[in-house]
Amino acid sequence: MVPLSWYIVLAVVLFVIGAAGVLLRRNILVVLMSLELLLNSVNINFIAFGRTYDDFRGQIFAIFVIAITAAEVAVALGILVALVRNKSTLKVDDVTMMKG
Amino acid sequence: MDQGFFLLFATVSVITALTVVLARNPVHSALALMACFLQISAIFVLLGAPLLAVIQVFVYVGAIMVLFLFVIMMIDVREAVLQRFMPGGNLPALVLVVLLGVEMLVLVLSSARFSVTEPIARPSGDEIRQLSTTLFADYLLPFETASVILLAALVGAIMLARKEPG
Repeated sequence: MVPLSWYIVLAVVLFVIGAAGVLLRRNILVVLMSLELLLNSVNINFIAFGRTYDDFRGQIFAIFVIAITAAEVAVALGILVALVRNKSTLKVDDVTMMKG
Repeated sequence: MDQGFFLLFATVSVITALTVVLARNPVHSALALMACFLQISAIFVLLGAPLLAVIQVFVYVGAIMVLFLFVIMMIDVREAVLQRFMPGGNLPALVLVVLLGVEMLVLVLSSARFSVTEPIARPSGDEIRQLSTTLFADYLLPFETASVILLAALVGAIMLARKEPG
């Protein structure tokens, strides 16, 4: 049987890889994909803990995370298409329209 | 047996996740991400959550990745392909990421609470029935909220992506 700590270590590794992608890559598409990776590692944690403590709420939370992720990706890609149409760039650093 | 499968899936998923972050071409990143999601759904099967595994394949591999590939197809990725990482000034972010990873690993590996193995054998086979009963009885309001959020995201995505009139 697989111990719980193995799942958590896998989730940690995937989370760190995803965080590195969000922080280090400059391509907006790759940043969004790394965001998906982050959310998936969180899902692994939810389901592993839910199984260990014999509780369904882990799986239910994972279902909600997946639903909200789908909504987030749809809106983010809509914004991306509008951005590329208006500004024709894919680099995060070039998007300074709001002076942030 | 289970551990061997877990190690296989975990290794492939970590390798594909690294490919997502390191690949130059966004199309390669998207395909590697798809492979990573498939491995993670296999890990969900190992965790005794077959429903979540199927949802993972449907929603992530079927819907989200197709969305990504469509957007990559629509926009011209060629000028953004050239750079892998920002040429400089990303040292603080790198240090932050390494620190975060080391900290979490030390915390997980040194804590005794995570060293529990699998729980006692699960009795019944109708876990999905219990899961859906819990979802539709105790979590009905969050479920409806999620559907409203999805509808709002649908409308918002259409409004954002369509051409401005005039």
